[in-house]
Amino acid sequence: MTMTTKPVDNGVNTEALIGAREALSQAPEAAEFTWRASCTWAGGTYSRTKIEGFSGLGQEHSHRQVFTYEADHPECFASEDRGATPVEHVLSALASCLTAGVAAVAQYRGIQLRSVTSTIEGRMNVLGILGADPEVRNGFNAIDVRFNIDADATPDEIEALVAQSQKRSAVFDIVTNPTNVSVNVG
Amino acid sequence: MDTTTVVIGAGQSGLAMSHRLTERSIDHVVLERGEVANSWRHERWDSLRLLTPNRESRLPGWRYDGDDPDGFMAVPEVVTFIDSYAAAINAPVLTGTAVTRVETSSRGYQVTTTGGVWNCEALVLAGGAANLASIPSLATAVPVSIDMVTPMTYRSPECLHEGGVLVVGASATGVQLADEIQRSGRTVTIAVGEHVRLPRTYRGRDIFWWMDAAGVLDERHDDVDDLVRARHIPSPQLIGTPEHRSIDLNSLARLGVEIVGRLCSIRDGVAQFSGGLANGCRLADLKMSRLLDRADTWAQETGIDVEDAPLRFQPTSVPSDPTLEIHLHRQAIGTIVWATGYRPDYSWLDLPVLDRKGRIRHDGGVISDAPGVYVLGGNLLRTRRSSYIAGTEQDTYELANHLHEYLDRHACVKAKAC
Repeated sequence: MTMTTKPVDNGVNTEALIGAREALSQAPEAAEFTWRASCTWAGGTYSRTKIEGFSGLGQEHSHRQVFTYEADHPECFASEDRGATPVEHVLSALASCLTAGVAAVAQYRGIQLRSVTSTIEGRMNVLGILGADPEVRNGFNAIDVRFNIDADATPDEIEALVAQSQKRSAVFDIVTNPTNVSVNVG
Repeated sequence: MDTTTVVIGAGQSGLAMSHRLTERSIDHVVLERGEVANSWRHERWDSLRLLTPNRESRLPGWRYDGDDPDGFMAVPEVVTFIDSYAAAINAPVLTGTAVTRVETSSRGYQVTTTGGVWNCEALVLAGGAANLASIPSLATAVPVSIDMVTPMTYRSPECLHEGGVLVVGASATGVQLADEIQRSGRTVTIAVGEHVRLPRTYRGRDIFWWMDAAGVLDERHDDVDDLVRARHIPSPQLIGTPEHRSIDLNSLARLGVEIVGRLCSIRDGVAQFSGGLANGCRLADLKMSRLLDRADTWAQETGIDVEDAPLRFQPTSVPSDPTLEIHLHRQAIGTIVWATGYRPDYSWLDLPVLDRKGRIRHDGGVISDAPGVYVLGGNLLRTRRSSYIAGTEQDTYELANHLHEYLDRHACVKAKAC
């Protein structure tokens, strides 16, 4: 009897990523990337953010198209709800970053994924942003992410996928660790 | 002064290499800045014992022969062990001889020391991977009133300033110091990033027995998936005690130690910790379970008789709402212990062999950018056993063979005879 194993395909090119890691370890300056977005106020609490280009590997890059994200506040904050709130964009960013990580790690470890879904919740006391209680922070008190993954793997292997994706996630790092932020005018 | 080979450092690695060279009749000298086993004598804390049981204390042609093969040597016993070895192999050690510069020369290499200049054809760097405490740059933001110690300057809880203690790092060192400082009656917080959790004993046998038997310690540097990462994994959370107890974040929490995430920043006297603590603990729990799975599989496949049945340990219990910030003054932190690792000191090494991070580029101890130069010690130099004393046996055997062949080729080229 012969065993045939179907090659794992999660649509992630891990060979290219590993190649990039090797190449960039040799040329560390090429690893310096700058990500950019530009935002325009569109009345009320509504704004549109455009994402077009970024730099890295020693050159400028353009996305295949300009991506536009709308943000607003909901009606219960007396706004018009023309887009997701900025904090919801953060949740979206975290969930999509972790999901990309799950796919990449699964590909690398030879695990075929069938479905990956997640729900994410950020808990916040709005007395902070309303300036009503100086003891309350503006941002999330806590974020909970719940993954549901169907894959050819044991429960422990799936747990390990999710853990490794957090370990390598840019957005997870951004939300769990402080970052120096400078905001200037003009 | 001329010799064929200079060995720098008279710790376990340098002495083991000396024995291998003597076996091969290779003329050499061992240069030692202080005394034999200097770091063990002067740069370790009072209560420290080896992580490995006595049966794992082996050097080439030398092994522990006491009546407690399952025990763990305290530092004075380690010093005696290494001292007796130096005497037994009659190692040509020059103590009190610090190397100040190494450069290339017409003969091969020139080694300048506080006791004169040596010229040699081959060179073995065996000064150890732990010459300097590695302290993160954010230490510069620590308020001046707070005392800072490293595992090289720490001796015992009584020597610490008044007040609470923040231990940064959860390697073997970090958890051992957090454990003993908390037991002394202080309030301890430990900042935990990536770490390795291991039980002291599993199914009635020491974890090193399992790692040895199942082949974990024999995994080679050139078979490891991501060597740079593997070499930087912190030492496992283990302690050698007469009662063979385990130490981990759960045991520390039971003592009352507060567990917080990795230290990320210190600003205006406020230390901030990562919110990623739960994931670091999950990774360590999963990794421990994978190792135990491997041990169980090995035991089953070999049919070996192990008295106790397989078991899995309680997951690390992470506080539901871990502290993210500590105001160092308001919370009366008197001391920060930097258990953030060690690094070698190569400030005297004037050879083009360091990478951009100041680490030696080598292939299992062979430095191809400086033919005839070898490095010993450190994590996973050649195998996972290289991190421990017993690793010197095989590492020095293989590298001495390489060195011997190098000298033969070198002599051959110089004589233009082949």
